[in-house]
Amino acid sequence: MAKRKRRKSKKWIVNLILAFICLIWIIPTFGLLVSSFRPAVNILQSGWWEVFPHKDYATQDTITLPKDTDLREPITINGETFSDDQLREGAITKDGNRLIWENRRARTVNVQDKSLKMDTEFTTSNYESVLTGKLYKIQQADGTVKTEKGQGMSKAFMNTLIVSIPATVIPVLIATFASYAFAWLRFPMRKTMFIAVIMLLVVPLQVALIPIMKDYTLLGLNGTYLGIWIVHTGFGLPLTIYFMYSYISQLPKDLFESAFMDGASNFTIFTKLVLPLSIPAIASIGIFQFLWVWNDYLISLIFIGTQADVQVMSMRIADMAGSRGSDWHLLTAAAFISMLMPLTVFFSLQKFFVRGLLGGSVKG
Amino acid sequence: MRTSVPGVKPLRIILSTLLVIISNAMIHSMFYIVLRDGNLPGVINAVVAILWGIFGVYFIYWSFNLAIEQYPDRWKQKMIPILFVGPAVALLAWLLLVPTIRTLYMSFFDSTTTNFVGFANYVEVFTNRILLGALRNNLLWVVFGATACIVLGLLIAVLADRSSFEKLAKSIIFMPMAISFVAAGVIWKFIYFYKPGTEQIGLLNALLVSLGFEPQAFTSMFQPWNNLFLIVILIWMQTGFAMVLFSAALKGVPEELLEAARVDGAGETRIFFKIIVPFISGTILSVSTTIVVFTLKIFDVVMVMTGGQYDTEVVATQFYRQFFMYRNAGFGSTLAIVLLICVIPVIWINLRQFKKQGGF
Repeated sequence: MAKRKRRKSKKWIVNLILAFICLIWIIPTFGLLVSSFRPAVNILQSGWWEVFPHKDYATQDTITLPKDTDLREPITINGETFSDDQLREGAITKDGNRLIWENRRARTVNVQDKSLKMDTEFTTSNYESVLTGKLYKIQQADGTVKTEKGQGMSKAFMNTLIVSIPATVIPVLIATFASYAFAWLRFPMRKTMFIAVIMLLVVPLQVALIPIMKDYTLLGLNGTYLGIWIVHTGFGLPLTIYFMYSYISQLPKDLFESAFMDGASNFTIFTKLVLPLSIPAIASIGIFQFLWVWNDYLISLIFIGTQADVQVMSMRIADMAGSRGSDWHLLTAAAFISMLMPLTVFFSLQKFFVRGLLGGSVKG
Repeated sequence: MRTSVPGVKPLRIILSTLLVIISNAMIHSMFYIVLRDGNLPGVINAVVAILWGIFGVYFIYWSFNLAIEQYPDRWKQKMIPILFVGPAVALLAWLLLVPTIRTLYMSFFDSTTTNFVGFANYVEVFTNRILLGALRNNLLWVVFGATACIVLGLLIAVLADRSSFEKLAKSIIFMPMAISFVAAGVIWKFIYFYKPGTEQIGLLNALLVSLGFEPQAFTSMFQPWNNLFLIVILIWMQTGFAMVLFSAALKGVPEELLEAARVDGAGETRIFFKIIVPFISGTILSVSTTIVVFTLKIFDVVMVMTGGQYDTEVVATQFYRQFFMYRNAGFGSTLAIVLLICVIPVIWINLRQFKKQGGF
């Protein structure tokens, strides 16, 4: 009985520590979510946590000083004297209120006291401008103002899908074929080739960029979907093979032997046995590859270029961060939109994911 | 094994092989040209592209297999492995192996890749202050970043295993994995944001100010600690990966073993180090490998947050700078090769593990 009680108290501690870690983990993303719904001015002026109840100065009263008050002289308000500088920054009176200029020229001073406040001004306009394009006002030569719409994210979203889906399926399929051969077929140079594949895991992709770019210019593959699929496939293959190999090589041997006895060809065994059996592993490495391609920035930057009609989302966001760095409100909304797809994929396939990882790397 | 009747089969073999090659070439180039030059409406274009991408590859394997099926058995046995590993090996050779060899070759030449300079670039890398700084920072990333990911991942996995809200906790910790570096950069700029004065919009500085300290420019002037603040971002993004794998491995530790140890009076800490850790050592190795390799190649975090300024340069960003900005191909290549050499021990350990598992 005593032992059980001790266990229970321990569980309480475990829960508390874990909750604390989770809180730390989620705060950055939560901050972005809150920020993305705040008006542009507010994002730059106050922290996102001000949406929570907090004590802050709120105006109680306004005092209008005589119009001819000399700002170079000490100013007397309610029996206390302050300098101009103090009033600019906000001066604290004896009873805890704060005095601050409301309009220095009109000589009006706000009397503020600390009260509970929530900054709950929310807007969806950040998302609207990101999704449908921001409105720009352009002053034309003849003096009229023309409003023009910037490009929205929908085209970029579509492009990201066209890039990501095949760039996930192709390497996973190729890697599964290769892993089956490495694990269950006997052919010359098998070991050497496999070791080479594992070694290639560590090649930083920057090493390969220049030679590939040169080849692509020769072949006219720059800026085409096929070209970017191939690059993503090449860079994704080592890890995918590493992963699929450790899964497929642990499938039971009798399975293949009996299938062979029945006269099945390797291709039939592969499509009818290996592929269905590998679904959990394929799903989990597939999620990884999908997340990686979806979030990729460098490869798209180099091989797609910056033409608007083929641009992907990460490039549009990086573009915003770079050229219009002050547009924090657009950036927050855009970053959140770009996260939606990977998060949906991740949470909906999570079950598969964990099962696949269990099969692959855990035995040992 | 039956030998084929001469004169009849060879023709069939040649014809079917030719047919497969020609039909593949025609079909794929048709799709390629339609997608590149065609003016299909957006959604249809997307559907065509995606379907081609998915089924095109499978069609290549399937059609070539059909041709190979016509071959005599001895040829078939030789051709099937080629069909299965061929595309993977060819792509890897073209996109990774040959470029790496070319890079190795270039690392012995000067900036214009015309004059052979021997090991001069390598000497320079290990004496130049900036390049040494990049190496030192990479070491920091591996020592602090990778270690923290692994230790935290293990800790959270153990805690989650005993907690009442395991699934939720794991989802929260893993979530940053799904976020791009670009988005993560935006997120963390809101944490580290710095401006002088008391009104802060960066969370960390707001905390400092409320505690009565001066605000700090965490990622820029706060040297040499700024590197650690960048590493925190990596830890935030990668711990979830380690946690998921460790958590799966922990489920594999037999309950009887733990119960037996508890009956014998072993404390939880002792059980953890004497039973759990040895049991999941295989997973610890593969997770460590992946994270160390990933950390050595770190690029985006630094590029997005500081662009390598303020002494935060790492090998990959320095490589990028030498290659693309200073047009110093020799130096850039040398750096890439140094990076490669750093990872060789890790890969060697992994290959040995594969061998032990009986694969090779």
